[in-house]
Amino acid sequence: MAIPKSSRGVVSEWLFTADHKKIGLMYIVYSLLFLVIMGIEAILMRIQLAHPHASFMSPQAFNRLFTLHGTTGVFFVAMPILFGFGNYLVPLMIGARDMAFPRLNAFSFWMTAFGGFVLYASFFAGGSFLQGGSAPDVGWFAYAPLTSTTYSPGHSTDYWTLSILLAGVGSVGGAVNFIATILCMRCPGMTLGRMPLLAWMNLVMGGLVLVTISPLTAAQIMLMVDRYMSGHFFDTAAGGSVVMWMHFFWIFGHPEVYVLIIPCFAFVSEIVPVFSRKAMFGYPAMVAASVGIGFVSLGVWAHHMYTVGMPSYGNAFFVLTTMIVGVPTGIKIFNWLATMWGGKIRFATPMLFCTGFLFQFLIAGLTGIMLATAPFDWQLSNSYFVVAHFHYVIVGGILFTIFAAFYYWFPKMTGRMLNETLGKWHFWIMVIGFHLTFDFMHIPGLLGMPRRVYTYEPGRGWETWNLLSSIGVVFQAAAVLIFVYNMIQSYFKGAPAGNDPWDAWTLEWATTSPPPDYNFAAIPEVRSRRPLWDIKHPEDPDWKYE
Amino acid sequence: MSAIPAAMAANEAPWKLPSRGRVGMLSLIIAESAIFTIFVAAYILYIGKSISGPTPRQILSVPIFITVCLLSSSLTMHWAVAALRKGKTGSFALFWFATLALGAIFLIGTGREWHHLISQEDFTIQTNLFGTTYYSLVGLHASHVLVGLIALAIVMILALLGKVKCEHWERCEVLSLYWHFVDAVWVVVFTVVYGLGR
Repeated sequence: MAIPKSSRGVVSEWLFTADHKKIGLMYIVYSLLFLVIMGIEAILMRIQLAHPHASFMSPQAFNRLFTLHGTTGVFFVAMPILFGFGNYLVPLMIGARDMAFPRLNAFSFWMTAFGGFVLYASFFAGGSFLQGGSAPDVGWFAYAPLTSTTYSPGHSTDYWTLSILLAGVGSVGGAVNFIATILCMRCPGMTLGRMPLLAWMNLVMGGLVLVTISPLTAAQIMLMVDRYMSGHFFDTAAGGSVVMWMHFFWIFGHPEVYVLIIPCFAFVSEIVPVFSRKAMFGYPAMVAASVGIGFVSLGVWAHHMYTVGMPSYGNAFFVLTTMIVGVPTGIKIFNWLATMWGGKIRFATPMLFCTGFLFQFLIAGLTGIMLATAPFDWQLSNSYFVVAHFHYVIVGGILFTIFAAFYYWFPKMTGRMLNETLGKWHFWIMVIGFHLTFDFMHIPGLLGMPRRVYTYEPGRGWETWNLLSSIGVVFQAAAVLIFVYNMIQSYFKGAPAGNDPWDAWTLEWATTSPPPDYNFAAIPEVRSRRPLWDIKHPEDPDWKYE
Repeated sequence: MSAIPAAMAANEAPWKLPSRGRVGMLSLIIAESAIFTIFVAAYILYIGKSISGPTPRQILSVPIFITVCLLSSSLTMHWAVAALRKGKTGSFALFWFATLALGAIFLIGTGREWHHLISQEDFTIQTNLFGTTYYSLVGLHASHVLVGLIALAIVMILALLGKVKCEHWERCEVLSLYWHFVDAVWVVVFTVVYGLGR
């Protein structure tokens, strides 16, 4: 194929790049693409559930949609978008010219990318397209024995396993890179105690990825041994155990929530101080709380398995550890509030999204404490209450802070500001849509509606709440459309950002927007946690008080 | 940009950071340990759970010789890196080759054990739960040995071409971390498969 020379340059510039900023942007654009896809899947499911006895889609198509929606959301939206921001920001914020291993970085991105492509290639393999081809239909945690060749003939489950294996290799590669970068590439003077909290939290996230994604990889290898070599890991007829899969999956699955939320805590910890015009309150406590969450999260997994049945000391252990997570998380919330307290708060769009996060994440945490209580969970496990709870975390917590991060760092990445008016529309419509959908989703759960049903009987008191949830999706979709329009419009016509549009204090704002390939003409040296404050206020620098 | 003042306090210690090669390899080793932990946990939890035979005691013999080979390869690896650090490229090549040979003997030994089990005992990954866990765990370890051997062989070829010099000792040391890890994992696998499980 003859590609014109100029465009060949552009293609190879991105295809073969090992630059952390380009790879970061590729991660982000890739995830946004999958965010739209998973959003469409959610819309289709909400149409089906808006009324009882709806026949918008077949049960089979519904199973495929919720499987893809969950798998995509965790592995191909949330993980890569956070890796993208981390990739872009960590080297800039620690005053480095690139990640520790640039080529490993490119390799990790492409492994993750191919994972997503393999998952969606399943649509075009076997079966009719509108029924979902042979897309996987085993749910995002794919409990055994549903995944055995008996119950999942054909290759739909293989697409799921392979895509997660590929993405897992990419994630571990990325995590190795984050850890090596943060520990080994800091500019002179950037001691661990002066690192921006974003770098600290990405370090914790990297460590968690190492010890949580790997068990998932191990479990997927076992599943492939079972499926391809007629092994017996999860084959009860040969003495294997299906509960073993649940343990292995949730040893990954629960810390994964913290893998996702900790980088979001990092966004909030960078944005809240800048828009409150105060230094972060309780920096050491924030670091300790992040590391603490990382460790405690490794011992909570079986709270997903109360209904499987455990001895009472097992129940007690997992109830206690799960509740203990609330302590460092609470410390963080109080620290953000204390940072805002008495500050000169500017409610620009990034700050609005962070404020929304604070309220919503608090509620998500509280329903989490409810579900952590074994007897309560026995009633509501696998109900819509659980679905509402974790969407409160993922949408109300994670997605809101990701939007905040976009509004905050888009100027650095592109050199242009996002439109504030559109940003405020985006925020308020998103808030309305989010609360319509997920506040009311708790109620059918409390009334006994199980998750993953493709339809339900009328007359159980579920109809109104489901309809309201579905209506909320319209608002959320509108908000995301505004956001996408804002990004495209601002990319070409937004107001020029300059180096430091927010009057911020961390190193990424010391270079041009967008930064040159080499990030910094001269490697900076720092003497405090807020190097740009020191430059802007030579008469009253931070380092005097450290 | 970059009007960041280079005003470091004079009394601060010189700026020194850990080597990224070592940190990167140690991170990878943590991830690999997590994979092995899951496989070892599965092996231990499935001991004695097979519904049909054969049992480990009936068919497994303890591979003492190849275990000694693999463990001593850690020692030769250590000597090789130490030699390179001192600039003795000759003894480096010798010890490196010894490591490679000992590792290869281990892999061949595992292959012979498998061949015996499959052809003589008719025992495969499909036979029973024990077969599934045995071949998975030992195979996972053997595949790591294989990857290590390929990396060792590449360095060996470079050494024979005279391209491995004193200044490369740190890179060889990073590789040696991986090799020591693979050896340490064998201690665990050996204990579990031929000790606890048998």
